[in-house]
Amino acid sequence: MSEALPLRSRAEEATAQLAPLLARAEQLASAVMPGGHGRRRAGNGDDFWQYRPVQAGDTLRMIDWRRSARSDSQFIRQKEWQISQSVHFWVDRAQSMQFASATSLPQKAARAQLLSLTIAILLARGGERVGLSGEDLPPRAGMKQVQRFAELLVAPKPEDYAAPDVSQLQRNSFAVFVSDFLGNIEVLEERMHEAAASGVRGVCLQVLDPVEESFPFRGRAIFRSVGGTLEYETLQAADLAERYLARLAERKARVQNQCRKTGWQYACHHTHESAQMAVMWLYNVIEGLR
Amino acid sequence: MSFGPILFTAPFVLLALLALPILWMLLRAVPPAPIRHLFPAVVLLIGLNDEDNSADRTPWWLLLLRLLAVAAVIIGLAGPVLNPRPSEALGKARMLVVLDASWASARDWDARLSHVESLLKQAARNEQPVALISLAAPEKTEFRAAQEWSSRLAGLQPQAWEGSAEALEFLPEGSFDTVWLSDGVARESRDILRDAFEARGDLRVVESARPLYALELLRSEDGGAAFEVQRLQAAGPRRLTLQAIGLDPAGVERILDETSATFEAGAARTSAAFDLPAELQARVSRFVLKESAHAGAVALADDSLSRREIALISNRENREGLELLSPLHYLEKALVASSDLLQGALTDTLKGNPDVVIMADIAELTQADETALTAWVEAGGLLVRFAGPRLAASEVGRTEAHPLMPVRLRAGGRVVGGAMSWGAPKALAPFEDSSPFFGLTVDDSLRVSAQVVAQPDPQLAERVIARLTDGTPLVTRKSLGQGKVVLFHISANAEWSNVPLSGLFVRMLERLSVATSLSGLQESELEGTVWQPVYALDGFGRLRDAGNLQGVDGVALLSAAIGPALQPGLYEGPGRWIARNVLSEGQVLEAAKWPARVPLSTFGGVPERDLGGPLFALALVLLALDVLATLALSGRMRGAVAASVLLAVLLLPVPTAQAQEAEKSVAGTGEIVLAHVLTGDRRIDEVAFAGLRGLSDTLFFRTSVEPDMPRGINIETDEIAFYPMLYWPVSAEQPTPSAAAYDKLNAYLRAGGMIVFDTRDADVSRFGAASPAGKTLRRLAAALDIPELEPLPDDHVLTRTFYLLQDFPGRYGSRDVWVEAAPAGAERTEGMPFRNLNDGVTPVVIGGNDWAAAWAIDARGAPLLPVGRGFSGERQRELAYRFGVNLVMHVLTGNYKSDQVHVPALLERLGQ
Repeated sequence: MSEALPLRSRAEEATAQLAPLLARAEQLASAVMPGGHGRRRAGNGDDFWQYRPVQAGDTLRMIDWRRSARSDSQFIRQKEWQISQSVHFWVDRAQSMQFASATSLPQKAARAQLLSLTIAILLARGGERVGLSGEDLPPRAGMKQVQRFAELLVAPKPEDYAAPDVSQLQRNSFAVFVSDFLGNIEVLEERMHEAAASGVRGVCLQVLDPVEESFPFRGRAIFRSVGGTLEYETLQAADLAERYLARLAERKARVQNQCRKTGWQYACHHTHESAQMAVMWLYNVIEGLR
Repeated sequence: MSFGPILFTAPFVLLALLALPILWMLLRAVPPAPIRHLFPAVVLLIGLNDEDNSADRTPWWLLLLRLLAVAAVIIGLAGPVLNPRPSEALGKARMLVVLDASWASARDWDARLSHVESLLKQAARNEQPVALISLAAPEKTEFRAAQEWSSRLAGLQPQAWEGSAEALEFLPEGSFDTVWLSDGVARESRDILRDAFEARGDLRVVESARPLYALELLRSEDGGAAFEVQRLQAAGPRRLTLQAIGLDPAGVERILDETSATFEAGAARTSAAFDLPAELQARVSRFVLKESAHAGAVALADDSLSRREIALISNRENREGLELLSPLHYLEKALVASSDLLQGALTDTLKGNPDVVIMADIAELTQADETALTAWVEAGGLLVRFAGPRLAASEVGRTEAHPLMPVRLRAGGRVVGGAMSWGAPKALAPFEDSSPFFGLTVDDSLRVSAQVVAQPDPQLAERVIARLTDGTPLVTRKSLGQGKVVLFHISANAEWSNVPLSGLFVRMLERLSVATSLSGLQESELEGTVWQPVYALDGFGRLRDAGNLQGVDGVALLSAAIGPALQPGLYEGPGRWIARNVLSEGQVLEAAKWPARVPLSTFGGVPERDLGGPLFALALVLLALDVLATLALSGRMRGAVAASVLLAVLLLPVPTAQAQEAEKSVAGTGEIVLAHVLTGDRRIDEVAFAGLRGLSDTLFFRTSVEPDMPRGINIETDEIAFYPMLYWPVSAEQPTPSAAAYDKLNAYLRAGGMIVFDTRDADVSRFGAASPAGKTLRRLAAALDIPELEPLPDDHVLTRTFYLLQDFPGRYGSRDVWVEAAPAGAERTEGMPFRNLNDGVTPVVIGGNDWAAAWAIDARGAPLLPVGRGFSGERQRELAYRFGVNLVMHVLTGNYKSDQVHVPALLERLGQ
């Protein structure tokens, strides 16, 4: 994004993208039927959960006298445990994500934004707090937060490849990393390790373009990264395909391996696939881990 | 330099072929240009090395394709010629190309021309000067560069006649070698010409291997069409098809019948005949040999083939059993072989428009019959009357000349040699040379025993065309209008004479053009007559208009040789048509004989062909393939396919203008559409369109006429027949339409269309030629078929077709509106408000009130232009609309409102 552009037009440009993105995300979110609410155990909350007989150690104040009066023993009225979780999103907005191999396909970044925003909407509806790491957006609850989340989500970054920012992760919170994971793998591993060390559990969703999976190139070719920082020339592109695919598989394996070590979940999504499936998977995983 | 059948005109260019292997190596060494891809996962590629260090090579077949393309270009530049003519035959001397260019050369004219063309090419290579002469139409010729002649070749045409030794006068000076493209037919001039050519230099003769067939029309015994077909070279058996071509009853020329002629092996001639019904035969215009496109294969049919229709009229009573006494018996016998006879009442037979009417012994005709018959004769009919007892007894032509009698008759006639009279029956005197019968021999045995006798009159002498030996007229004739009336002073049966029993009787009828001659024309018959060519045959046997060819003397027409002065074709003369065909009677086709010293060849061989063009085309195709292959190899084929599909679509023929025209016409006929003529001035056209739109809307709202959107008409290109009315705004700068457009406009006016001319200048000028628009109107309308005009009278039907109007304002309120003038005799009857003008729609309305401007509305329906001031202006606009409604109603309903004037008369008749 050019600095010369006035702030206002930049903002308008960003919100112009935002409205359809939000609309589509809402649409996707409405397709997901949220599972059971509440934590299904006693705890702090507003809703009645159960009466239980008084045990040793319960203070008198905890006794529900109205219930106890109907019987001979004393009961304590418990409420359902209600606690909201913090979910940190890290959505890769580097140049490598601003790529689509065909006009009929969405950019990787667009797909990543759509998926994460959908999940964020779903979570916000469920009362969870969502935040965007790497930006000044600590987790908060409410649909207003989703709006801010979306605004920050669409701004691309100038660098070619990006690594997750884990500095703002709260302990024991939940993290969602959406990226193509083509950046420096060591940094990624280190950051994930760091996060896991502070009790953060999470999900890695790798978003790839079909071309990156198939490598259909032939003949003499020059490959250039989207940001233009990297260039690679070959005389026989077709010969490279096998070795490239091996490298890609290795990269996936390393990410997956790191996830296994840290107890995270991993999935790979391609932009020509349906976004709905990725949303369902992500939602189920987040529900399950929580 | 030549390789086999291919000759290279620039063989040194071929050395460039040696460079091909070097090109091969160069192309191998240079890798194809890289393709740039955006690829985020390039980071995964960094560090990978190409296994095959050499570049991705262009595949060998692609290289081969490119090399072939280059080779094709090189070979094409070397100027290859396939089947070159051997150039040794003629040296560097000047060359004269002689073409017979006769009808016999037309059979393979294209092959002849292409042979000449290859001769010219060869001469061009040898830088030989060339002259070219056509023997049938010789002109002064000069030696020029061969290329100059090549461009003139297309203009050479074979003639329908043969060349003569006259061409000697046109030969160029000096010595030269000659190539003679002979048609192969022997003729007298051949030897003279050959000697002349041989005296100047070498002579080569080229003849065609193609057989030549010629057709000669004979007269068969029964008047049918018989043919003799000849061929130039007797060869194996061969079957040819003959076609009779003529107009069918619908007036369309088509093949009426076909027959075949079969040559026996070794026979040079054969015969064929058509067995056609007389009706059909009369319609045949020509006979042709199928698949022989030259004048010799066409035999034109003339009057001798068509049978004349003769009406025989007599007062025949019911006299069964007395056939030999019937006044018509001998006439029927004489005529039935060669003509179609009509019998019946005069009024009925005249409707069949016979060529001749013969009345045997009829004296009095009813007044109606006489009028009809007189009119028919005056229009060119031939009336032949025979005397008889009734005529002799009647008073017709007794005291004063009767229009249908050549002479006045004395009462009673005379009888010679009978029982009650002196003298012997009279014989016929020899015919005088002014008589149409001159030349016929008179049989001495013929006797006339009774006849009617002419009154001596000043004109009698010139009207007599046959006499008896005592000088009394036997046959008299006079002209009446364009026709003739002939009176035989004897009866048509054998009662008064034995003339009807003789052969002379038939021949006399033939001379009177009553009967068609079965034995052909005699020179004596045609002596002193001039025959005008109407249609002439060209060398290819096509009949074309003779144009202003000169008339031909009758005797020459029959016997002179065909030539530029006497072209084969159809000639019109007194009372009949004569066809002159290429082959005259008895002419025999013989093959030309050449002495052994003259080299003779045929040009059946493969023509010389320049291979340069096809090779360049091949190179282009190969390069196009190379483009496609390169795209395919580099994976960029998709866009290319789209591009080539686009190209193919572009090359597809677009829908023709005719189809679009038809579509437009259909749109015009679906609903009533008002139309205006496009003037070329955009502003005027827009106002005219808006005006007609306003009028259309008004009609839609107020009447049951519901027009579609109006249309601008280009009178040069658009069909106008579908529009009831054309509004034609006249501007001073308008161009005059073409003749074709005027034809269309006149046809439109005749078919009931109406054109409204609007000079749009009534504010400044009165009607007339004073204003620029008025002058233009005169110029535009000069070629139109416009009747006499008058200012629109008060009782014109336009004043009451829908609204009752007395003024016809447009934007201007002039009363000068002109329409077709009323018939001169139109009078207003007592008590009627209008004159009785029950006549059609006026074809034009001319005025200058700029009606379209008053009618014009914009897209929202609001008036486009101001009219007048305030309320009176709006009233004027309303009246303009009313005039427009009246106009359209007048066009659509014609004089319907005029009919209303009959209502009082009808009521009166009904007794109310």
